[in-house]
This record gives sequence, structure tokens and C-alpha cells, in this order.
Amino acid sequence: MNATATKPEAFPEKHYVNAEYGIRSWLLTTDHKRIALLYLVSVTGFFFIGGIFAALIRIHLLTPAGYLVTPETYNKLFTMHGVAMIFFFLIPAIPAVLGNFLIPLMIGAKDLAFPRINLLSWYLYMIGGGLVLFSFLSGGLDTGWTFYTPLSSVYSNSAVAPAVLGIFINGFSSILTGLNFLVTIHTMRAPGMTWFRMPMFVWTHYATSIIMILGTPVVATTLALAGMERLFHLGFFNPALGGDPVLFQHLFWFYSHPAVYIMILPAMGVISEIITTFARKPLFGYKVMTAASLAIAVVGFLVWTHHMFVAGQSTYAALAFSLLTMLVAVPSAVKTFNWTATMYKGSVSYDTPMLYAFGFIGLFLIGGLTGLFLGTLGTDIHIHDTMFVVAHFHYIMVGGAVFGYMGGLHLWWPKISGRMYPEFVARISAIVLFVGFNMTFFPQFVMGYIGMPRRYHTYPPEFQVLNVLSTAGASILAIGYIVPIFYLLWSIRHGAIAGRNPWPSTGLEWQTASPPPTENFAVTPEVTWEAYDFDNRPDLGLARAADRGHK
Amino acid sequence: MSEHIVSRGIYAGIGATLLIFTGITYYAATVDLGPLNVVIALTIATFKASLVVLYFMHARYSPRRTQLVIVAGFFWLALLLGMTLSDYLTRAWQSI
Repeated sequence: MNATATKPEAFPEKHYVNAEYGIRSWLLTTDHKRIALLYLVSVTGFFFIGGIFAALIRIHLLTPAGYLVTPETYNKLFTMHGVAMIFFFLIPAIPAVLGNFLIPLMIGAKDLAFPRINLLSWYLYMIGGGLVLFSFLSGGLDTGWTFYTPLSSVYSNSAVAPAVLGIFINGFSSILTGLNFLVTIHTMRAPGMTWFRMPMFVWTHYATSIIMILGTPVVATTLALAGMERLFHLGFFNPALGGDPVLFQHLFWFYSHPAVYIMILPAMGVISEIITTFARKPLFGYKVMTAASLAIAVVGFLVWTHHMFVAGQSTYAALAFSLLTMLVAVPSAVKTFNWTATMYKGSVSYDTPMLYAFGFIGLFLIGGLTGLFLGTLGTDIHIHDTMFVVAHFHYIMVGGAVFGYMGGLHLWWPKISGRMYPEFVARISAIVLFVGFNMTFFPQFVMGYIGMPRRYHTYPPEFQVLNVLSTAGASILAIGYIVPIFYLLWSIRHGAIAGRNPWPSTGLEWQTASPPPTENFAVTPEVTWEAYDFDNRPDLGLARAADRGHK
Repeated sequence: MSEHIVSRGIYAGIGATLLIFTGITYYAATVDLGPLNVVIALTIATFKASLVVLYFMHARYSPRRTQLVIVAGFFWLALLLGMTLSDYLTRAWQSI
């Protein structure tokens, strides 16, 4: 950590956490920062529920015959793992926790545009989550997180209806969050905070909100239709009732492919903030990066049938979608190159958030490039529905989104809690997570490429070495997730006082106290500097780049 | 921000128009026009939906930005329907 030369700051006497006391003050709060903490606790809970299912899957796959659970239970484990992780952790994690906390602070606003709707979105999330947990406990769910029909609408004997209703309700939570962000960013920016002075984190949340608003109603409606087919035998997707199962896949993936960008775009925003902070340089190609964020949001809507190349769709449509899939690689590559260029000749330091950012870039690169294998018609037919696909999307969702989330949590933990975490332990933990992640998922690329299908509870013995390696990696991965909980909680009481701007960084959120007061800023700030302008910010206490010997 | 006040006459007129076109939809469904039945039903439904959006939802009197949001929603719906149809309409080509 590079502290500024100023004397240590005192911990603020009054801040958003101690502004009010009691459970009621939390459950009825309209403060975006408190709501972010409600989300932090909730999504962490779902993460560990999903994590327990993942652990059971990996233990089961230690042996080719799979002695731990029955085939039916295995189906339920991977389904419930996917539902908990995707709908209740990955999609809300960065927007609802970090986005909620930071967007008003970053643009100099006192709160989001609709504080009550913000609280409502958390309640909808909890109601949806409660229904899904009810389905887990009342017979479980075995359809796969994709709810493909007619399995989900006709043949499954598991608790599909409450799960579908829960995800439907949770979808509205996502829509309301996106709506709140869009209106806030449009209407509540502080004087001088022009569009092209906004941090990249805000831009990526803007792009994410567009996807949330335009895509989520489609998946909510689609799951409602599947639910109606199951409960009332209305024919939408069941061929026996005149429906078409491929139509379900079209409608489902119209949202669920862009949903990957709901997970990854906010993480890209986090990584931009981390890299500029710890390279002490403006973001390379700022305007191109904003365009790339919006391009990912738009082009991400045009590629969905690459999930259906072997589902019976038209070969010609598949060809067109395969080509369109290649397009989305362009803005993603632009971002990766620009992060690298930002670090070039910067004063790079290796603090914990930066280690997560390094991990993100490498893992997202592998995840993205293997996505091109899957988006190419010929290779997809070979590796479709194999463990290769599982490895690919975990490199994007865990290597990308979760590493972004962890990096962001560490970057802004001093702002959220007002305290520093133990840096050495945190760095070790980040490295453990990186090693454990690769050990878990890289073998899955290999086993998938040589033919092991996904979602099978048994496998031929020749795959056992790779599976044992993967399970061993998962146990290391678990340590990388659990250790931060302990040291972050420890830091709340025992960590060093962070001060306003411990790294230091250029964003408006670092201009106010840590933790911030309820109203965020005592006086509405006025922005007179460009984004990430380290050179013209004497308040940061940094030498100018030219004086540091950097061009 | 001042809100545009829509007169009761316009609301009544739009309401009456919607009822009349509901009647026309019913009548059109009783006449066998082959594939045109669906086209006519959908055209009437689109017209009625447009009236609801323009007048009952005040889109006609809204700021440009709000109108842009509405257009974006329909554009995305067109993407969903059009690109899904690109699959259905080209499946028969597979034997070529």
C-alpha cells in the first residue's frame, strides 16, 4: 500500500453504519450503502449454498463409479449449484453490492434516484431466493439451471414450480436495479461530472443496466410460460401439446447469453479501476473502453443461438450466429489490450486488488479464447456438452466475474468498512484462489476435449486422474474463498484505520470519509478534473509521472 | 417538471376506438380469409397497442429520451423475433 504523506486520519465518529441502530433500521433503510451491505450478506449466503453443492459434486466425481450420491441426487446437485450461483450470486453480486454502494459516490450523488425501489429490489431478491430455497428443500430441482423443456415443463418430478416462480420474481429485482442505475447516472451526476469524466465502473454498470432492462423480462416471461405449461398444460414448448422445445431455448438464451455480460461487464469496470489505481496511470483509450462496454452489451444480444448449434436449429442460422459470435470477441479484446497498455510504463504495485486483476486478465483471456472454440460450428459439434464447456464458462464466470468481485471487494473494503485488511494474508489468499481455480478447472478442458460429457454422474476410469486433480484443486479453491471472510471480518474491529484515500485513487468516492456519512458528501462535490488524471491531482500526494521517470 | 394533461375527450375517444377495433377483431375472426386471418388480427392488435402506448401511457407527450427508451424496447423485441425467425424460416433449406 502506498500511503499518502499526510498524517493518519481519525476514524469518523458518525457514518452510515452507526447512523441508526437496530434491525428495523436495516430492514427499512433506503440508504444505498446499507442496502449494498444487505446484498453483501445475502449473496454471500447464496454463494456458500452453491459452493456446498459444488463441493459435493467434486467429491462425488473422485471415483469413476461415483459412490457418494444417487444419479438423481447428482442431477439435483449440479442444478441447484447452477441456480444458486447464477441467479442469486453471479448476476447480482457486483451490481447489487459494489454498484449499489459506489455508483452514487462515484458520480457525486447523495443516493440512487429511487431509494425505496432500491430497497424493494432487495426484498424481491429475498422473496425469490426464499422460493428457490424452498424448492431445494422440498424435493430439490433436477432440470439443470437452464430449465430446458419438456423436461422442466412435463417430465421432471422435482420442485420446478416454486423455483421458476422464485427466479421470475428475482428477475424484477434485477430490472429495478438496472432502472435505478440508468436514471441515477442520467440525472444525478455532480456538477462537472460529464459523461466522459465518469469512472469506467459507472460506464460498465450503465451497459449492464441496459442488458438487465431489455433482457430480463424475456427470461422471466419464458420461465413463466414453462411454469404454465407444467401447471396448466398450456402448449408452448411441449410437442405433444403443439409446442416447440427449441423455441424455449431461443427465448431462454436471448437473455441468458447476455446474462454472461451482466456478470462480466461490471467485473471489467472493477478491473479498470484497480489497474488505473495500482499502475498510477489514466486508463489507456478511455473513450474506446466506453464504446467497447456498450458494444459488448449490444453485440452480446446477437449471439445467443451458439448455445443451440446441435439442438436442431437451421444450419444457415447457426452459420450466421457463429459469425456474429466472433464479433463479440473484438470489444473484449480491446479491453484486454487496453488494460495491458495502461500498465505499460506505469508505477505498478502488487497489492491484493491488483493480484486479483492480474488473475482476471489471464483467466478471462483463457475463458474468452476457449469461447471462440465453442462459437465455431465445427469444433462445437465435437466439444458440445462436454466438460470443456464447463471449464470454459467457469473461466469466464469464476475466473472473470468472481475474481473481479473479489478484487473490487478488496479495493473498496477500506471505503466500505473504514479499515484496512491484513495485506500479506490477503495476497497469499489471492494466490491460493488463483492456483486452486486453475487446478480445478484446467483439467476439465482436457477431460472435455478427450470426450468426458458434462452432467454425467459416472465416467470411464481413464478420466479419473484428471477428476482427482480437479477435486484436489477445488479444496484449495475453497480455502481461497473462506480465508477472506475471516480476515475481512477481523479487519472491521482490528484493521488499521484506512482514511479517505488509502491507495490513493482518483475517483470521487475517495474524496469522502471512510466509511462515508449517510449523505455521502458534506458538500456536493464539483468535478474539475478528467477521469484518472493522476498528474493534475496534487491532493493525492503523488509525484507527477514525468517526475517519476515515466513517459 | 410539468405534466401534460390529456383531456377526457381524448381518453373517451381512444377508449371507444379500442372497443370498436375489438369488435372488428371478433368479426374478422368469423370470416375465413386463410392465412390473412392472422395478419389482420395482428395488425389490429398492433394498432390498438400503439394507441395504448401513445395516449394511455402518455408516450406521445413524453420527452424524447422516454420515447427513445420505448423505441429501444420495441427494437429489441424485433431483434428477438426476427433473429429467432431466421432459424425457423431457413430450416427447410437444410436439404440443399
